[in-house]
Amino acid sequence: MGATLELKHLRKAFGRKVVLDDVNLDVKPGQSLVIIGGSGTGKSVSLKCAIGLMTPTSGQVLVDGTDLHAADKETRDELQSSFGMLFQGGALFDSLRIWENVGFRLIYANNMKRKQAREAAIEALGRVGMGEDVADLYPNELSGGMQKRVSLARAIVAKPKILFFDEPTTGLDPIMADVIDKLIVEQVKDLGAAAISITHDMVSARKIADEVAMLYEGKIIWRGPVDKLDDPGNDYVDQFVHGKSEGPIKIAAKV
Amino acid sequence: MTMTHAVFTPFALLGRLTLGVFAALGGPVLFAGQGLKAAFTPRWYLTELMKQLVRVGYLSLPVVGLTALFTGAALALNIYTGGARFNAERFVPDIVALGITRELGPVIASLMLAGRVSAAMAAEIGAMRATEQIDAMRTLSVDPFRYLVAPRLLAAVITLPILVAIADILGIYGGYLVSTRTLGFDGPIYIKNTWNFLTNWDVISGLIKAAVFGFLIALMGCYHGYKARGGAQGVGLAATLAVVTAAILIFAANYVLTTLFSGAG
Repeated sequence: MGATLELKHLRKAFGRKVVLDDVNLDVKPGQSLVIIGGSGTGKSVSLKCAIGLMTPTSGQVLVDGTDLHAADKETRDELQSSFGMLFQGGALFDSLRIWENVGFRLIYANNMKRKQAREAAIEALGRVGMGEDVADLYPNELSGGMQKRVSLARAIVAKPKILFFDEPTTGLDPIMADVIDKLIVEQVKDLGAAAISITHDMVSARKIADEVAMLYEGKIIWRGPVDKLDDPGNDYVDQFVHGKSEGPIKIAAKV
Repeated sequence: MTMTHAVFTPFALLGRLTLGVFAALGGPVLFAGQGLKAAFTPRWYLTELMKQLVRVGYLSLPVVGLTALFTGAALALNIYTGGARFNAERFVPDIVALGITRELGPVIASLMLAGRVSAAMAAEIGAMRATEQIDAMRTLSVDPFRYLVAPRLLAAVITLPILVAIADILGIYGGYLVSTRTLGFDGPIYIKNTWNFLTNWDVISGLIKAAVFGFLIALMGCYHGYKARGGAQGVGLAATLAVVTAAILIFAANYVLTTLFSGAG
């Protein structure tokens, strides 16, 4: 079963530049939340704080009520061992074979025997529709879409309670994007995990989200069920969802 | 207003400089601390260590061997010409042996390794940083310091003394070849002279230097790779910085160690 993830009053500043300003969000087991927003609005930073790759300036990240950033190392390791993340570029280890990539956590963190880890890896590859024939290849022998699938297999191999997806469809053709979206939905439902994704691909957001939240200038300015996206009652969301250059969101020529 | 400004400017500059120095030193020192902690406490990734031993040690053998051989040969020629000015040609074997074991063996082998190994480590780890592989490793509950940094530090500290021991032998052999083939020395006497003259400490002090240099080489490679920012350009910069800082640190550490050892031996 999944776990509940809550972000409470999350604030992150780099020097004087405030990237996240009092972000509050929560995801329950079996629920898929998609955070949308333009480039540079703090989507990546919120995800990195949530998974523990970045420490927030203030605020809490609660996993079933336990504060990830305030916990001692042991508790933190334990909490993080129930996370799985799909990185934007796949982030596969290019010096390792596909099966070693998928079984990485099992071999190097959980001390599983290589033979068993290989079996578990092949089983996970099967769940994302890939056969044993790719197991001994290296990542650079696969296309970008295939690498993303392998990366998804790596994220789900240890049956995580919370899944994080960073721009899962960026850089993929529409068909492969649809394949990845479907696999994400399937895996989230199968595992009963809480899922939190960030994307600016609205097609993908509509497919994988139960709920959508919009991040703008470091704040959550809207949250609602996915079927309210076309009638959000918020000009900012409306502009973003329909991709209009005219509206309250101004694109600065210089960042 | 301008008056106070002018008075305080030097202090502000001094403060900024001090902070800058501490920041520049603090990063690598903290990194080294974390690396050492990972290297000396479980758990160890032995397959990674083996891989690095082969890469840092075994694959560096040809480079280190050839440079040592030529250096020893050139050293013998120079000492012969220099020695001839005050009829001291017969000291060639002694000075070649001393120069190679105490100084040139460790320094030249380490400089070659700084170029070969530091740059490769910085580029590899930097590319892993740029493609989020290091972040991915952390989300998979594996500490990059244990998996990436510790095996490299250990491999360099273990293999450098071995490589330098080999460089010592080949460097002395280079001197022997030139001396016996072109300078008219008698082979057995050359070897006997070298053997009688060298003390254990000459060799051991060189090997201690090698271990320290090995640590610096791997540390700079890992540190600059780990801190690499911003894609291809960042990776290139990391490799350059690794080689340059490793080389400078080798020279500086060599001076410090030689000073310490000159008191001891």
